[in-house]
Amino acid sequence: MDNSKDKPIVQINRLNFWYGDKQALFDINVGIAPNCATAFIGPSGCGKSTLLRCLNRMNDLNDEQRIEGTITMHGMDIRAPEVDVIELRKRVGMVFQKSNPFPKSIFENIAYGLRLQGSQKKNHLAERVESSLRRAALWEEVKDRLDESALSLSGGQQQRLCIARTIAVEPDVVLMDEPCSALDPTATAKIEELIQDLKRYYTIIIVTHNMQQATRCSDFTAFFYLGKLIEFDTTTKIFTNPANKQTEDYITGRFG
Amino acid sequence: MELHFDQELAQLKDKLLLMSSLTEQNVALAIRALVERNNAAAVKVERDDDLLDKLEIEIDSLGIRLLALRQPKASDLRLITTAMKISTDLERMGDRAVTIARRAIELNTEPELKPLVDIPRMAEICQGMIRDTLDAFVYQKTDLARQMPQRDKEIDQLNRKVQGDLTEAMLGNSGTIVRALKLMRVAQSLERIGDHVTNIAEEIVYLFEARDIRHHQETVVA
Repeated sequence: MDNSKDKPIVQINRLNFWYGDKQALFDINVGIAPNCATAFIGPSGCGKSTLLRCLNRMNDLNDEQRIEGTITMHGMDIRAPEVDVIELRKRVGMVFQKSNPFPKSIFENIAYGLRLQGSQKKNHLAERVESSLRRAALWEEVKDRLDESALSLSGGQQQRLCIARTIAVEPDVVLMDEPCSALDPTATAKIEELIQDLKRYYTIIIVTHNMQQATRCSDFTAFFYLGKLIEFDTTTKIFTNPANKQTEDYITGRFG
Repeated sequence: MELHFDQELAQLKDKLLLMSSLTEQNVALAIRALVERNNAAAVKVERDDDLLDKLEIEIDSLGIRLLALRQPKASDLRLITTAMKISTDLERMGDRAVTIARRAIELNTEPELKPLVDIPRMAEICQGMIRDTLDAFVYQKTDLARQMPQRDKEIDQLNRKVQGDLTEAMLGNSGTIVRALKLMRVAQSLERIGDHVTNIAEEIVYLFEARDIRHHQETVVA
């Protein structure tokens, strides 16, 4: 499915996925437009998080998993045997439901990944830490306390720190798995604003249970049900005039 | 399981239907007041118009409440937004009916200018349009709703003819001026009613098909 005039940055074709004997995804075909936010929605167990985790091969960690089909990024097959999974995960960053900062200082949380990438120079590190925190809209709140423990931050700040940590290594794609589900409305609004800003630099894919969130911060929406991609279109189309009855019933709260 | 939200939407639809049928009735009464020189009908139009005004406010406030509290999507969203727009058109149609009724009361005190032919014909088309548009809403008949712009053109044509005929009458005999001006007002009101019905019909197409057919074009919304 073509979702944009731009060539998709991520293209998923005929993707099937199993946890042991249980098939979790059925023949998924979708292209993710670059520098856009795409929301994956659907009831629990519909496969949206499974699909998200396929995109940075997080599912590899599960021995029982089996996958068929292709996922390409910039035309390159991310499931090819020669692909370095660590490299892939640098290019496809991930933010989780619950913020998970390292038990280190605010500065070190960001600098850690950069050092692993080989950045050692202090000035360079400091610059990157600042620019990442600025992009994550956290700099003004923490610039005077970079040495304090990241765990001293509020939940919303911790989540923005995790976003800063993810974007510090300059990924192409940022995956967000219900990034606001543990946050209050103010912190949620900040993250949603941030998603709008971050689209300029990165491609965002967000899994959310909150339909309002999908409408507020995504350009495209994919609705999944029982492991199948039921409908994919612009977010405006999905929420004003969905083509599929199941989509309509789900987004209007009549099932799911 | 029926959702509370479904009950609220049903309530909104009921109010809209009540308002539609009241409007239909008021337009019919206003015409009867004129054609049958029936002042009682005219008085009833004016009285019932208060009900229409009240319903417009009720529909708007229910719509606003549902938008704010339920964050409606897809067909629910279309129903609520179109209900609010349709109620505005109905209220204005009601006002036009009042105008016709008032002119009728004034005209009924004087001898008939000439036997009315085109104005009753305009009224007949208007009432047919209102009836069919209501049917289109109740039975989701968008093909019926789509006929309205064309039927409205007939009313426009008749209106032009009426305005021309009455102008001629006035030029021929200055004693007709006051009555002719009132009849012109009646024809203009019917012409506007036709426009409002057309708006409603277009809203109905949007409601059921999510297609915007206003202003002689057609686009799929979003």
